[in-house]
Amino acid sequence: MRKILLSSVIIIIAITFLGRLSYLQIFSFSTEQLMEDPAIKAIYDYPERGYIYDRNGKLLVGNDPAYDVMVIPREVKPLDTLEFCSLLGIDKEQLIDKLHKAKVYSPRLPSVLVPQLSKQDYAKLQEKMRKYKGFYIQKRSLRYYDTPSAANVLGYISEVNEGDLAVNKYYVQGELKGRTGVERYYEDLLRGRKGVQYIQKDRFNRDIGPYKNGTLDTLPEQGKQISITIDKTLQEYGELLMNGKRGGIVALEPSSGEILSMISGPTYDPALLVGRERSKNYTELYYDTIANPTWDRSIHAQQPPGSPFKTLNALIALQEGAMSESTTIQCYNGFYVGKKKRGCHCGGGMRDMNKGIYMSCNAYFAGTFRKIFEKFETTDEAMDVWEKHMRSFGLGDYLGYDLPFGQKGRIPDKEFYDKWYGDNRWSSSTIISNSIGQGEILATPVQLANMTAAIANRGYYFTPHILKKIDGQEITEPKFTEAKHTTIDPKHFEVVVQGMADVYSKGTARWLQVPDIEIAGKTGTAENFTKINGVRTQLTDHSVFVAFAPVDNPKIAIAVYIENGYFGSRYAGHIASLMIEKYLKGEISRTDLEKRMLEKTLEDEYAKPYSGEEFKINERVW
Amino acid sequence: MSGRSILKRIDWLSVLIYLALVFIGWINIYSSTFTEAHSSIFDFSTLYGKQLFFIGVSLIAIVVVLALEVNFYERFSSLLYLISVVSLLGLFVFGKTIAGATSWYDLGFFNLQPSELAKVATALALAKFLSDIQTDLKQRKDQLYALLIIIIPAILIIPQPDPGSALVFFALIFVIFREGLPLYYLAIGFSFILIFVVTLMFGTVWLVIGLVLFIILLFAFKRKTLKIPIIPLAITSIIIILFSLSVNFVFNSVFEQRHRDRFSLWLRLEDDPAKLEQIRKTIGYNTYQSEKAIESGGFFGKGFLEGTRTKGDFVPEQHTDYIFSTVGEEWGFVGTATVILLFSILFLRLISLAERQKNAFSRMYGYGVISILLIHYFINIGMVIGVLPTIGIPLPFFSYGGSGLLFFTILLFIFLRLDTNRLKESF
Repeated sequence: MRKILLSSVIIIIAITFLGRLSYLQIFSFSTEQLMEDPAIKAIYDYPERGYIYDRNGKLLVGNDPAYDVMVIPREVKPLDTLEFCSLLGIDKEQLIDKLHKAKVYSPRLPSVLVPQLSKQDYAKLQEKMRKYKGFYIQKRSLRYYDTPSAANVLGYISEVNEGDLAVNKYYVQGELKGRTGVERYYEDLLRGRKGVQYIQKDRFNRDIGPYKNGTLDTLPEQGKQISITIDKTLQEYGELLMNGKRGGIVALEPSSGEILSMISGPTYDPALLVGRERSKNYTELYYDTIANPTWDRSIHAQQPPGSPFKTLNALIALQEGAMSESTTIQCYNGFYVGKKKRGCHCGGGMRDMNKGIYMSCNAYFAGTFRKIFEKFETTDEAMDVWEKHMRSFGLGDYLGYDLPFGQKGRIPDKEFYDKWYGDNRWSSSTIISNSIGQGEILATPVQLANMTAAIANRGYYFTPHILKKIDGQEITEPKFTEAKHTTIDPKHFEVVVQGMADVYSKGTARWLQVPDIEIAGKTGTAENFTKINGVRTQLTDHSVFVAFAPVDNPKIAIAVYIENGYFGSRYAGHIASLMIEKYLKGEISRTDLEKRMLEKTLEDEYAKPYSGEEFKINERVW
Repeated sequence: MSGRSILKRIDWLSVLIYLALVFIGWINIYSSTFTEAHSSIFDFSTLYGKQLFFIGVSLIAIVVVLALEVNFYERFSSLLYLISVVSLLGLFVFGKTIAGATSWYDLGFFNLQPSELAKVATALALAKFLSDIQTDLKQRKDQLYALLIIIIPAILIIPQPDPGSALVFFALIFVIFREGLPLYYLAIGFSFILIFVVTLMFGTVWLVIGLVLFIILLFAFKRKTLKIPIIPLAITSIIIILFSLSVNFVFNSVFEQRHRDRFSLWLRLEDDPAKLEQIRKTIGYNTYQSEKAIESGGFFGKGFLEGTRTKGDFVPEQHTDYIFSTVGEEWGFVGTATVILLFSILFLRLISLAERQKNAFSRMYGYGVISILLIHYFINIGMVIGVLPTIGIPLPFFSYGGSGLLFFTILLFIFLRLDTNRLKESF
């Protein structure tokens, strides 16, 4: 008994110790991140965020130095809060609140106390900074905008939030990240990679040399300089023309899919979202829910495309052999659906395809739509074919451009109508509005521009994109450099292109001709409705215009969508012609058009539904 | 006996484990005191350089210890004991104070800690007394003498103050048990510890309720044949209750707050987790940091010289009492388990060596060696891994410290020398 007593004690002790050690080292152990180890401090070396240039090498976005006041809560010693607050330009409650937040984040790690001091504040503060233990000034750079335009395309950057930190381990508190537009989509390119230096600390938080002799340290990787496809001059000019109007303009280079300009009205100066006023300005912009300046209409606004859509129906009819270009249809100043008459503005008479297009005859295209459906035995079969052709123009789905957001638009399919009307309870007549781009079709301006580019190219398009060069190297991404072919045979396009050219020479846009440039275009006037106090109310038609030029070997394809601008040839047509002339000639000869667009606004029109009074729509005079 | 036969008969397993522990210990001292500025391991201005020097001194001491005649130790044990008691007394006059404790003599090149010498001397003296043919442990007088041999140096060490080292001497009581002190002494001792802990954790009221329940059950299920000794039972109960009350009194009125906090931490007496965390990070700072360092080592450890918390000096006293946390951080569970196993094998081996001694003095001295080493190992590692309260004593063969290493070595090798002579009943 006595002999084995001591041996048992030794074994019991060993088991206890091993149990405790396995609890500590095996069960409680979690791979310690360098950042969480109190003995390691990471010092970051931030590379400059990449500059953004336009397609011609003009600077759009650069950087400006800025100074942040940082705090390491546990190193803070009692201080003269009154003086400190006045130096920082904040009040005492804010200081206490911010210190508390910093402490909650981490007592050991630096937090931003006051971001982005001005140079003047920095100068005042710098000499006195030594008095305040635990605080220091960190230099960093802010975005600088060399243009008042393209806010929707460029996007903005802001500090990472808790969500970002949880999702992406790269970021630490206080760092900046692209939120929208190019800044967001090309965040990784622009940001570069911060360098990090790990310092071994002792328990008094003193540096005692590099951790692992600096073998884990990394050098910063510079942010890439990128060029985007935007033409700065054209973009700025377009935004000028948009003055007082709501809508979107997208211009593409048909031969490459490059986005020459992408305009959303109303918009804002990108410089508003930089610096200490940022959050105030952002709140103002964000809560303007009527004009909605932060909503990029060029990629978000899904609207009925209106008459430009007729060109696609013509192409489908030719492709399916439902009719030829010389097939004629009678317009009775309208057409009949059953016994109900639908109107047409073209004046009436016999229409072939050419006339149908340039006079924008509703009756002709209603007939075309019927003929397409008559070609097939069942409505379902016809609908499938029609939908397939439409989708081949990039409609009804995300285009795949390199911007972070967007909308799909809508091309209805048979399931859509089966659900709406019931199985076999609908026919081409039921959905005849689709023939003229009303009905259930929705498209965004960028989709309309892309559709126009496909017509300009006579049958194919390149996915619209915004990135042109990375550090001077043209992009080679196949997604953007390989042509996407439509399901329409190239030979069918000439008649449609001719019709669109005649829109300018003798059709609905003959007032908008530009000397020395042969333009092909198509007007659109889209009915639209809103609800006022729960009552469905029709508003003034949207003014829509698509165009490309020159007719042969096109350099630009454009879609303009002006909300409540009435006829396509009014606002949208004017703007399209001016943009084309500006881009191709660099100067404006149709100064009459330009003057009108710079002066005329639609603010009155937009105020109508909110006035609370009876109002007229589609007024003749303008 | 010739030198050759000593080398032949010495227990090489123990020697190898000893060398392994010293080597592993030095590696970890090197790591926890290493700085870039001094890179030579023979740089005696550094702590690891000094420790290397003491390892050399210890190796010389081993040669001397093995070279001396076997009966020298038994014969001179009383004298050695006397010397050590005198040297402990001398500290009150000539002692050098380091870190608040007057535990050293300044010998110029080296500070000697006589309490380390006293451990060896007391183990020898106790063995000598118990193995005396006239000693009879059944007699109260001899029990008392044996206890006095242990208690005298302990009492002299307490006021240095070095309560940890003093505690070590009480481990020698185990030798007396091995040699025949009735086991109920041990049982009574443990009972008091149990009552102490129960009182702190649950309070006197629950202790009394438990006691009453026990007595009721005793009467309810008693056998007819068994007669319950009512008077002794009553007296025992009263003693238990009085002791429990005195524990409350001592804990609340005699103990200082830091002592209370240590117990609060160890027994998790504090209910408020925020307060407990506060105590953990102040009074329990060392333990907290050492647990964290060990935990961060994981299964395989961070590697030699790669312990960030070791380098950052996060664990105070890491090269001395907390050296085991360096093992934990840099060598992981693999390292800590290896050290635990090495110590356990050494102890078991020493027990079997002690049991095979024909000579009573050798056997008892063997048990003395085991008791002293074991209590150091138990309290030190228990403290470092957070299962025992903080009591500052070194880990044998591991912790930095010249006197410690030297006298632990002498302690062990005297026994190994005695063991070479195990077949003879007397010298």
